[in-house]
Amino acid sequence: MKNLTIPEEELMLPGHTACLGCGATLAMRYALKALGKNTIVTIPACCWAVIPGVYPARTLEVPLLYTAFEVTGAAISGIKNALEATGNDDINVLGFAGDGGTADIGIQSLSGAVERGENVFYIMYDNEAYMNTGVQRSSSTPKGAWTTTTQVGKVRDWKKEKKKNMVEIMVAHNIPYAATASIAFPEDLIKKLEKGKNIKGPKFYHIYATCPTGWRISPSKTVEIARLAVESKVFPLYEVDHGVYNITYMPKKNVSVKEYMLPQGRFRHLTEDEIKEIQSEVDKDWNLLLEKEKWTQSLNKVQ
Amino acid sequence: MNDDFPTPITTEPSTKNKTGTWRTFRPVIKYENCIRCMICWKFCPEPAIIIVDSNKYVAKNDAIKKLDAPEINYDFCKGCGICANECPTKAIDMVFEESLEE
Amino acid sequence: MKKMLTGNYASAYGAKVSKVKVVSAYPITPQTTIVEKIAEFIANGEFDGKYIRVESEHSAMASCIAAENTGVRTFTATSSHGLALMHEMLHWASGARLPIVMSVVNRSLGPPWSIWSDQQDTISQRDTGWMQIYTENNQEVLDSIIMAYRIAENEIVMLPAMVIEDAFILSHTMEPVDIPDQADVDEFLPDYNPKFKLDVSEPMGFGSLIMPEGPFMEFKYKGHESMNNALKIIDETDILFKKKFGRSYGGTVETYKLDNAKYALVMMGSTASTGKEVVDKMRDEGYEVGLLRIRSFRPFPKDKLRNYLSNMKSIGVFDRSYTFGYGGAVFSEVRNTMYGKNIPIKGYIGGLGGRDVTMNLIEKIFLDVVNMSEKGQDKDYEWVGLNGDKRWSQ
Repeated sequence: MKNLTIPEEELMLPGHTACLGCGATLAMRYALKALGKNTIVTIPACCWAVIPGVYPARTLEVPLLYTAFEVTGAAISGIKNALEATGNDDINVLGFAGDGGTADIGIQSLSGAVERGENVFYIMYDNEAYMNTGVQRSSSTPKGAWTTTTQVGKVRDWKKEKKKNMVEIMVAHNIPYAATASIAFPEDLIKKLEKGKNIKGPKFYHIYATCPTGWRISPSKTVEIARLAVESKVFPLYEVDHGVYNITYMPKKNVSVKEYMLPQGRFRHLTEDEIKEIQSEVDKDWNLLLEKEKWTQSLNKVQ
Repeated sequence: MNDDFPTPITTEPSTKNKTGTWRTFRPVIKYENCIRCMICWKFCPEPAIIIVDSNKYVAKNDAIKKLDAPEINYDFCKGCGICANECPTKAIDMVFEESLEE
Repeated sequence: MKKMLTGNYASAYGAKVSKVKVVSAYPITPQTTIVEKIAEFIANGEFDGKYIRVESEHSAMASCIAAENTGVRTFTATSSHGLALMHEMLHWASGARLPIVMSVVNRSLGPPWSIWSDQQDTISQRDTGWMQIYTENNQEVLDSIIMAYRIAENEIVMLPAMVIEDAFILSHTMEPVDIPDQADVDEFLPDYNPKFKLDVSEPMGFGSLIMPEGPFMEFKYKGHESMNNALKIIDETDILFKKKFGRSYGGTVETYKLDNAKYALVMMGSTASTGKEVVDKMRDEGYEVGLLRIRSFRPFPKDKLRNYLSNMKSIGVFDRSYTFGYGGAVFSEVRNTMYGKNIPIKGYIGGLGGRDVTMNLIEKIFLDVVNMSEKGQDKDYEWVGLNGDKRWSQ
C-alpha cells in the first residue's frame, strides 16, 4: 500500500543538472504531476534552460520547447493556437519561467497573452533573483536581500525596494485564475494546478522556489525555508479565482520575519531595526490580503 | 548526433547522467525508524527516491510494514539532505561519503 | 481571378491561398493593410486559421516560432523597426530550422523618423539565416509567397523566408493581380507536415544547450548547406510555378537585356522596374546596357552572377541601404563574387528614406558605368542623389 499525498507519476527524470536542493526542480516535478502527460512545456532562458542537461539529454517526459528569455507568453500563445488550429484543444500548454523572465524581461509578452485570454498555464518559479547567471537582482528580489548587483559593502547597497507583486498585476488583467504556491506545500500547489484544468483562459501561478546557492543556505534547508516563508506571512498562499481572493493556508505557527530571514546568508547584514521595518511591511500586506479576501468574498455573496 | 536532426532535438533520457557522483554526504535510511510517510520521496528534487515493496525492508511494527517503503537511488542522489531535514522521525542520517569508502 | 490589389493586399491573399494555419502579427506602417486584410478574411469566415493579435513584433515572431514548432504553417508581416525588434527571434527561427514565411515591407530605420522605402531594414538582417526574396511588382509579391512556402518547407532547405516589397511604391499602389485558384495552389503547395514537432505522444526537447565540443558547429554548418541548397530549389520552384501558373520571375536572378550588353547595373526591388525603363531608353540611344535584378539576396546566387556578368566591361551596383564607413551590402557581395575577373565594379548608394530613384538618376549611373570602362574607375562607391550635389542630382 502506498502512503502518498501527491500523484505518484513522475514526468521529470533524474539525471538533470540542477544544483543540490534546487527548489525550481521541485516546482517542475509537482507541476507535471498535476498537469500530466498531455502537456507541452516551454521554457525561456532561466535556470530551467540548463537543468534538463546538455544535448541530447532530455529530462522531461513531455515535449519541451526552449525559447528566448522574454517570449514565454508569446510562445505559449503560439503553441496553443497551433493546437487549436489543428483540433488538439485538450492539450495543456505550460509556460515555465523564472522571476526575471516573468516580472522583468518577459512581462510584456505575458501581459499580452493574458490580455488576449489565451487558454494556457503560466508558472513563474520564483527564486528571487537571476540565479542562472549568478544571483543578480531582479524586480522579484525581496527588500533587504543581498545579490551580486545589490551588494552590501560600505554604504550597505542591499536591495531597498519591495518585491514586485505579480499576482496583483495578473488580477489587474482580469485573469480568470491566479495563485501563489510553494514547494513546501505540494498538495496545495497541485490542487491549484488541477483546478486550473477546468478554467478556460490564462492561469497564472507564482511558485516560491528556494535557491540554496543564491540565498546562501544549506541545500538541506530548501523546504524548511519555503515553509517559514509561508508561516511568517512573507509569502502567503492564496488564490484569486475570478476576482475572489481565497487564502488557501492559514499560518499556524507565529513565525516572525526575523526567524525566516535569520538562517539565510542573503539577509545576514540586516540590523534589528531594518528587520523590524520589513516585519511591519509584511504585517501590513498580510492584513491587506485578509481584507481583500473578506471584501471580495462578500461581494461574491451579494451577487 | 542524429543525422536526421536539422537542429538540436533532445531525445535521450537524462538518466544516462549519473548525478550520484556529485554527492559528498550520503543519506542512509534507518528503516527501523521509518514510518513510510513518504515525505522524503515527496520533497526529493531529483527525484532519486523510489517506492519499493513493503516487504523489502524491516519496519517498526505491522501497521507500518503494510506500507510501501522509500528507497534512495544512489545513482542520482546528489546528497542535498532535504530528505534527512524533512524526515519527521529523523530516520535518515547524512553520512560523509569518504568515511564510507574507508 | 484578376483583381486590382495593392502589394499589401497581394501579400495577404498570398498567405490566404497558402492555407496558413496561424497568423501572428503586430501593426506597423506601411505593413498595416496586410494585417487588416487578414483580419477582414477572418471576420468574413474566408480564412481557416488562428490569428494572434500580439503586443509586439518580437512576440509575433516568437509565437510564429512556437506555432511552427507545433507543426503548423505560419505567417507574419512587418517592416522597419518592427523587423529590427524581431532580430533576436529571426536567428531563433532559422536556428530552429522553421520554414516560416514573412512578408516584409521595406522601410527605412530612424532616426530621423521616416516611413518611406529603403532596404536598410532587411539588409540589416542579412546574417539571420533567412532567405530574402526581393520583389518588383504586386503579382510577384503574391506569387513569391506561395513559392516561398514551397521552397522553405522543402526537406533539404527547411529555412525561413522573407518576401520583400517596397513601401508605398508596391505596398500601397494598386496593380491588376491574378489570384490563383485555390485548387491549383493546393496542388502546387501540399500541406505542411514536418518531420519533427512538439508532440505529446513523442516527448522531445527543441533547442537545448550544446557544449563547445558538442555539435553546435555541425548544426550551423547544416544550416549553411541548406541555404546553399535553396539556390537550386528557388530556381526549380520558379520553373514549376511557370508550368502551373504561367508566370516566371527568373528564380534567384532576373536579367533584362543583358545577353548582348557590355555594361550592367545590378539592382534589387521595385527600382529595377525604373531601371528597365532606363535600359530601354538608352538602348534606343545606342548604349549596350542591361540590367540584373537580384531576387534572392540570401541565398546569394554567386554562380549565376559570375555567369551573367563575366563578359561585362564594367558593372554598377545600386544599393538602397548603407553601412556607415563602407559601400553598400549588395555592392560588396557582387564585387566579392566577381573577384579575379578584372572588371571595374562601382557601388551607388541612393534612394534612402524613400527618396525617389528617378530615371534621370539611373541614367547618370549607367553613363558613369559606361565611362568607367574607358576612363577608369574614380571611386569604389559613392552616395548619389544627395541634396545640393549637382553631379548626382535627381
